[in-house]
Amino acid sequence: MTDLLVALRKDLLLQWRGRAQIVAIFAFGAATLLLFSFAIGPDSVALREHAAGFLWLGLLLASTLSLAESFEREMEEQALEGLLLLPASARALYYGKAIANCAQLTLLGVALVPVMVVLYDAGTVRLLSLLGVILLGTAGLSAPGTLYAAMTAQTRARQTLLPLLLFPLVVPVLLAAVKATSLLILGDPMGQLRPWTSLLGAFAVVHWALGGLLFGRVVED
Amino acid sequence: MIAVAAAGLCRRYGRRWALTDVSFEVPEGALVMISGRNGSGKSTLLRVLATAIRADRGTAHVLGHDVRADREAVRERIALLGHRTHLYEPLTALENLALVGRFLGGDGRRTALLAALEEVGLADRADDAVQTFSAGMRQRLALARVLQQEARVVLLDEPYGHLDPPGFLLVDGVLRRLRGQGATVLMATHLIQRGRMLCDRGLVLEAGRLVYAGATAEMPEPAGADGAGFAEGA
Amino acid sequence: MAAASQHRVPQALVALGAVLLCIGSYWGLAKAPGEVFMGDVQRIMYVHVPTAWNAMLALTFAFVCAVSFLFSNAWKWDNRLEAAMEIGVVLSLLLCTQGAIWAKPTWGVWWDWDPRLTTTAVMVFAFGGILALRAFVDDPMKRAVWSAVACIVAFADVPIVYFSVKWWNSLHQAQSSPETVSKAFHWPLRINAFGILFLWTGLLALRARVAALRLRSEIAPPLPERPRAASDARASGGAS
Repeated sequence: MTDLLVALRKDLLLQWRGRAQIVAIFAFGAATLLLFSFAIGPDSVALREHAAGFLWLGLLLASTLSLAESFEREMEEQALEGLLLLPASARALYYGKAIANCAQLTLLGVALVPVMVVLYDAGTVRLLSLLGVILLGTAGLSAPGTLYAAMTAQTRARQTLLPLLLFPLVVPVLLAAVKATSLLILGDPMGQLRPWTSLLGAFAVVHWALGGLLFGRVVED
Repeated sequence: MIAVAAAGLCRRYGRRWALTDVSFEVPEGALVMISGRNGSGKSTLLRVLATAIRADRGTAHVLGHDVRADREAVRERIALLGHRTHLYEPLTALENLALVGRFLGGDGRRTALLAALEEVGLADRADDAVQTFSAGMRQRLALARVLQQEARVVLLDEPYGHLDPPGFLLVDGVLRRLRGQGATVLMATHLIQRGRMLCDRGLVLEAGRLVYAGATAEMPEPAGADGAGFAEGA
Repeated sequence: MAAASQHRVPQALVALGAVLLCIGSYWGLAKAPGEVFMGDVQRIMYVHVPTAWNAMLALTFAFVCAVSFLFSNAWKWDNRLEAAMEIGVVLSLLLCTQGAIWAKPTWGVWWDWDPRLTTTAVMVFAFGGILALRAFVDDPMKRAVWSAVACIVAFADVPIVYFSVKWWNSLHQAQSSPETVSKAFHWPLRINAFGILFLWTGLLALRARVAALRLRSEIAPPLPERPRAASDARASGGAS
């Protein structure tokens, strides 16, 4: 457990040191939201209706940058190997990284909400629920994302491989998160939020468990 | 007691065997020099002993623990100074050492870490990010990181590389200190004369094969494919 | 000569499978009576349903290979994994194509977001991505371990994808998947199912063999075992 806390602290510290990049990734996310509006056209009704989809697509695209970057520092001087040889538990290193990635993606998601509100006239009063959905969704993204980022950081063509591997896998997250967010924005008269958040939760549980089990094989020789 | 025992170690990279049938024993407390031309397998051997990579064939034991079956136990007893520094570039020197300290169960107190940095001559750069360091400074910090682990078996891959003459003396001092503490040291180096001064045993690798294991006094110069020896630098 | 006889069983399987597929398809597409409500379009079920079974079987076998490899580290499981994933992707692509062929005359659109077909499409991308990953990793061991890991994660994802798409789609339209045929028409279905099964099993064996040969060219051949002789150097205690 202490290994996990030490690892988490390390990852959060690394993120803090690299905060200039996080700002750039946020700008990238905001830019994609803008591009979506241009792609749809100045139809405020359509934009509002699909705002949730745009938010999550933008977040998904930004996540590939964020996740890839999270392993740059581990690989450039083989720092990750250095920790494994101490010895540090591979599982702890995985969960530390995944939690830190989840936190960063949640931050990105929250930061993109005002952009969504402004561009698509799509807001909600249920802010706490929205935060919950964003948290669950990013948890679903960061578990497999951290696993695959560790893998692809060691290959050529890493820019292409990470989204290629990750996107099909996180289809359930996209579906459920968009649905849940949409209900929060457009109204949820029949109380359908719960099944979608449950799906997000189930996805997260499965992949956080799998990731912890398999990470060791991915980073060890 | 035998600190390191290798039997028939083989390791390939793609089409090439980097280590072929390497067997030797190193008693505890020995200071061993591993020499060989570039590409002879020195780094590979150290990495196999450190459990960073796995041998394709053969076995190795460090302080009685199998490097394949008992990886955790081996890792607890070794420290590796590799070709890469194992450092986090955005973190400061102090933070890098504190991180290691915490994983090892310590509390990462600043005074103790500063003393460690003092020893390698980096105390005045304690709070500077590693990415501002020169190659030699990174090497010193990597050395401090290794010392911090207080391992019984220390594996050093070219510890003198990148260092200036004071740095050479630093490494010499470290080696003497480690010997004094009873640690076992395996050091890969190109500096044959220097190694002979400090080490009593030597291993010579040639194209992945062990061609000599014994006292450094009788160690041959490692030969390349052309059969010629080489003159030592610096 | 040994290699040739090694191929005989798989080749026989492929031939047998092709024959069965022809028989079953002819029976279902030409001879069997047309379905009452859907008409001739429904005949695609004689190919579609067997393809669906076999696609799932192939990907399940890939999962088994992945787990086996991680436990045994034996190369043969990696060779089979590569073959099984390729076959699974091809069968899944065929499945999606068949689904489109059925959907256009029935619903007027090429794709109707049927949960099973949509899940299949996602699987095409997921496993296709793993095949792409293999192309970018040079070290055979890393390539094998990573493909196995990715395969396990992708396979574990299949039920989740299916349920999420099912819920997602059910809000918009009623289930629109092709109905299975009634009992009277089971025989062409079974024949085709076994036909495709034999076909891909044979192809898998042949393809795994190709992967094994490729692997052989990538890694150095194993060293011959050497007896532990006095030629082993030892750093003995004391001066030597």
